[in-house]
Amino acid sequence: MAISFTLNEREVAAEFPPNRLLIDLLRDHFKLKGTKRSCDMEVCGACTVLLNGQPVSSCTTLAADADQGSIVTIEGLSPEAGLSRIQQAFVDHGAAQCGFCTPGFIVAVTDLLSRNPSPSDDEIRHHLRGNLCRCTGYVKILEAVKSLVPPGREGVKAQVKA
Amino acid sequence: MRPAAFDYLRPTAVAEAVRGISGSDGAFFYAGGTELLLALKMRVLRADRLIDLKRIPQLDRIALSERGELTIGARATHRQIEESALVQQVLPALGRLCSQVANIRVRSVGTIGGNLCFAEPHADPGTFLAALGARLHLVGAQGERMVAADEFVLGEFETARRDDELLSHIVIPAQAGPSAYRRFRHGERPSVGVGVSWRLAKGGRTIETARIRFGALGPRPQAVEALEQALGGVETAKASGRIAELLPHALDALEVISDRHGGADYKRHLAATLLQRCIADAHQAALGGRP
Ligand SMILES: Cc1cc2nc3c(=O)[nH]c(=O)nc-3n(C[C@H](O)[C@H](O)[C@H](O)COP(=O)(O)OP(=O)(O)OC[C@H]3O[C@@H](n4cnc5c(N)ncnc54)[C@H](O)[C@@H]3O)c2cc1C
Ligand code: FES
Ligand code: FES
Repeated sequence: MAISFTLNEREVAAEFPPNRLLIDLLRDHFKLKGTKRSCDMEVCGACTVLLNGQPVSSCTTLAADADQGSIVTIEGLSPEAGLSRIQQAFVDHGAAQCGFCTPGFIVAVTDLLSRNPSPSDDEIRHHLRGNLCRCTGYVKILEAVKSLVPPGREGVKAQVKA
Repeated sequence: MRPAAFDYLRPTAVAEAVRGISGSDGAFFYAGGTELLLALKMRVLRADRLIDLKRIPQLDRIALSERGELTIGARATHRQIEESALVQQVLPALGRLCSQVANIRVRSVGTIGGNLCFAEPHADPGTFLAALGARLHLVGAQGERMVAADEFVLGEFETARRDDELLSHIVIPAQAGPSAYRRFRHGERPSVGVGVSWRLAKGGRTIETARIRFGALGPRPQAVEALEQALGGVETAKASGRIAELLPHALDALEVISDRHGGADYKRHLAATLLQRCIADAHQAALGGRP
């Protein structure tokens, strides 16, 4: 089947059989290798991308679902040069070691902060519960995300964007 | 892991979706795909056709009907229900339930209809919907019908839905009083879930009728009539004490499967604890006037 969609703000098109998974389209066809495959069963979050603004496990989403919509991968969240503020916070707090889980975390944190710029610790933990990291023990990841919350505003839930 | 090849339809109306599934053994509706694609990838299911429901308008609508009943489209995602202002207002316990399901990615695309139709025993919504006395609206080649949530799940991965029937929406009774749902999670899915809903007598202090359902313990949500009957005519403030008298033996009748979530005795113990917490929640809701 033939589809067209926005990939990291660029218009693209692709043709493939309907059983193609989104992760394979991104990694093999578009050569975007930042999206990782690990558990392959929606548990670890390494393959997280934004589909029409919602985080999904690209390992268990059909590529066909991108048709007429938009996909944002970790590559789309990184500036041309340097790092985004979320990426920089991860570096500054030692929230990445081997880095395999990091793209998924950055995408999930992007989703969290875009809806709730001032999450409490509990809200951060709750949102990231489905992203697994084998290296950091999560404390540093939590610290990195907390550092992005404006001082004195923790837990003040901003309006949820539809 | 990759699914085997299949055809792919994208109907834009319910009737077209039902036509697409009729007469084909290997055809499946595709909502969020969080269960279906996993099963296809692991090759425990085989599909020769997927019928995508995402382009059918209205199937994800959450609304109050003229009779004041809450209706939830089968394709509403857990996240949509959790974030719905209407749900937060009229049935906050359902919003909380949905916020606890799985992880953010599954909640963002996984639907309440897909959850019910898959009928995995370790699931949350079916238990609470049964406790609320909800009904499910099915549309098939031979017409439409309503099935009580209590009668929908027949066993593990088995429901009263005929193969050609599409679940279009869920109807939750209007007059339902305070309600609560609690679950205990081990790994990804619930080990035990307990749902409670009360209808209050005039004045709002006394329970007229109680519905209680236990989920994830056996193949389908279960009721314990003795507990429900014992609460009739009891003041909400005294409900917890009344239940405590019965609990040592009341749960013996439940069918409980020992599995990696724990042994049967342990799960009965969890169920008793969660029930008492639900009763405390429902009492609070009754005081606050919020279901
Ligand atoms: C990691 C993980 C953790 C989870 N944790 C929990 C949990 O804690 N609690 C819980 O309750 N659930 C849990 N789940 C299950 C989750 O809620 C379901 O996967 C999800 O709701 C299914 O919805 P879906 O739209 O993705 O269904 P799909 O995968 O699209 O469909 C599932 C089945 O239902 C059929 N179907 C779908 N929609 C309809 C319809 N409208 N009419 C007729 N048939 C239909 C499909 O043909 C298929 O057979 C978990 C799942 C995962 C993967
Ligand atoms: S690889 Fe997709 S969630 Fe783990
Ligand atoms: S940094 Fe290695 S898995 Fe998270």
